[in-house]
Amino acid sequence: MKERLLGKTLSELEEIVISLGLKKFVAKQIADWLYKKNISNIIEMRNLAKNTRELLSEKYEFGLTAHQSVQVSIDGTKKYLFPAGKNQYIESAYIPDERLEGKSRATLCVSSQVGCKMGCLFCMTAKQGFQAQLSSGEILNQIRSLPEKDKLSNIVYMGMGEPFDNLDNVLRSVEILTADWGFAMSPKRITVSTIGMIPGMIKFLEKSEAHLAVSLHSPFEEERKKLMPIENVYRLPKVLNAIKNMDWSGQRRISFEYIMFKGVNDTEKHIKELLKILNGFKCRINLLKFHPIPDSPLESSDMRTMEWFRDQLKAKGVMTTIRASRGEDIFAACGLLSTKELVKRKTNNDF
Amino acid sequence: MENQKGLFSVEVVSNVEISKGIFLLSVKRIHDFKAGQVIALTVNDGITPRLYSICSGEEDELLSILYNIVPEGELTRLMRMIKKGDTIKISTPFGNFLGTDDSAYWIAAGTGLAPFYAMFKSARTDNKYLIHGGRILESFYFQDELMKELRSRYVRCCSQQSGEGVYEGRLTNYLREKAEFPLDHKYYLCGSSEMVVQTRDILLSKNVPFENIIAEIYF
Repeated sequence: MKERLLGKTLSELEEIVISLGLKKFVAKQIADWLYKKNISNIIEMRNLAKNTRELLSEKYEFGLTAHQSVQVSIDGTKKYLFPAGKNQYIESAYIPDERLEGKSRATLCVSSQVGCKMGCLFCMTAKQGFQAQLSSGEILNQIRSLPEKDKLSNIVYMGMGEPFDNLDNVLRSVEILTADWGFAMSPKRITVSTIGMIPGMIKFLEKSEAHLAVSLHSPFEEERKKLMPIENVYRLPKVLNAIKNMDWSGQRRISFEYIMFKGVNDTEKHIKELLKILNGFKCRINLLKFHPIPDSPLESSDMRTMEWFRDQLKAKGVMTTIRASRGEDIFAACGLLSTKELVKRKTNNDF
Repeated sequence: MENQKGLFSVEVVSNVEISKGIFLLSVKRIHDFKAGQVIALTVNDGITPRLYSICSGEEDELLSILYNIVPEGELTRLMRMIKKGDTIKISTPFGNFLGTDDSAYWIAAGTGLAPFYAMFKSARTDNKYLIHGGRILESFYFQDELMKELRSRYVRCCSQQSGEGVYEGRLTNYLREKAEFPLDHKYYLCGSSEMVVQTRDILLSKNVPFENIIAEIYF
């Protein structure tokens, strides 16, 4: 099988062209075609000599993979299904937002893994287990092959998988999205979300300027570990400490995601503890409704409770918003992405 | 001695294959820890450390871990070649998957036994039940020791072979068939994400409150 060019950084492309006996500047031309223009085949790279294109095509392919299906929500959200490797599939959610006056915004929620290893109690992706890491090309293909590509204003790594469990590929994809030779997007338009895998998070904060979102869901360690097994390894106080020790003087933002579970994490006690642990952070809290998944012991808090929770936090000076649910009817909303029925099971994962 | 990444060099005392493809690596203990904690481990600075649950008692002289060979993994390939007297790099122990005095079920798949073995060696076990799943009969490392003390509170589930006193089938099948689980006990799970998610769903379907289920996932 030919190797895909999509997903290669400029320095990787330089290595490729040099190994083929071509001039180094050809790498920049290839990057231009891969990330800035609308072609889909090496043969269409018109400013490259014909024999150069042929030479490249012998070993490499452009690397685009079209979506296999799309579902459209009544609210305009679209859920795309992309093949990723043999018998593996991922989903991406395209979320247009016309409501902001004058400025329309469109966000793509991309996946970073096929499945996920983290086993959070409230997440549908967790139920399918882990199948594969996505390459940087497979991450970027979700963007590059999107029919609405030119309308995109924001990218969030909040689809299937834990981005920092696939750190190298995620970092490469962010580099390509933000580099001048790449998509040249502002890092301010990119948010990477984590459940708090500390080593990967620190590297990400050192190496990129994109925003960070941390899934919090409870300020209490004992409670959090029943919702999110990762708490048993990377404890919340350590996650917060690691964040505090980084440089936040620039325009980079941090947000904490907080799914609201009825009777579990939506009380006065939680507000007080949140204020305590987030004291000193310049951050935003996004409150999310819980989208029920099969056999879940959890229920969502009602809207009144969520509004009360938000108002209490705001009154104490913490920027807090309730994030609108999008694409719930097509299972595109937060925590609902799954390709469980489609992925090929590994044969050696018996236990 | 601590290096820049917070890792310490320690001397390897033994590195033994205790079951097909499963190794017990022991080093001289230089830190205190709590049973259930993990260490980050690597063989040299060029390779990203991986996390391993400690598989020895809090008072033991040696600190041990269990590992299996990951086919695509450079680290475990190198770990396999380590000999007595070599040095490896480990972090200070950390993590919060800790045993308590509560009555509890320990449910482990494969090398997920490690934290429970550490708890077994470190504290009271008269109110603990251990359910261990493995593919082959050789998977039940430490079984003599465990059986002697836990007796009928120790259950082995073997998915690919049959043997005397061993439940034939996956541990998830065993759990599905088992009629009742005390709802006031704690349930500690350790294994792959698939094992943890499936086991948790079975326990929830048997009305175990989610607050009583604590999981550690190997990633």
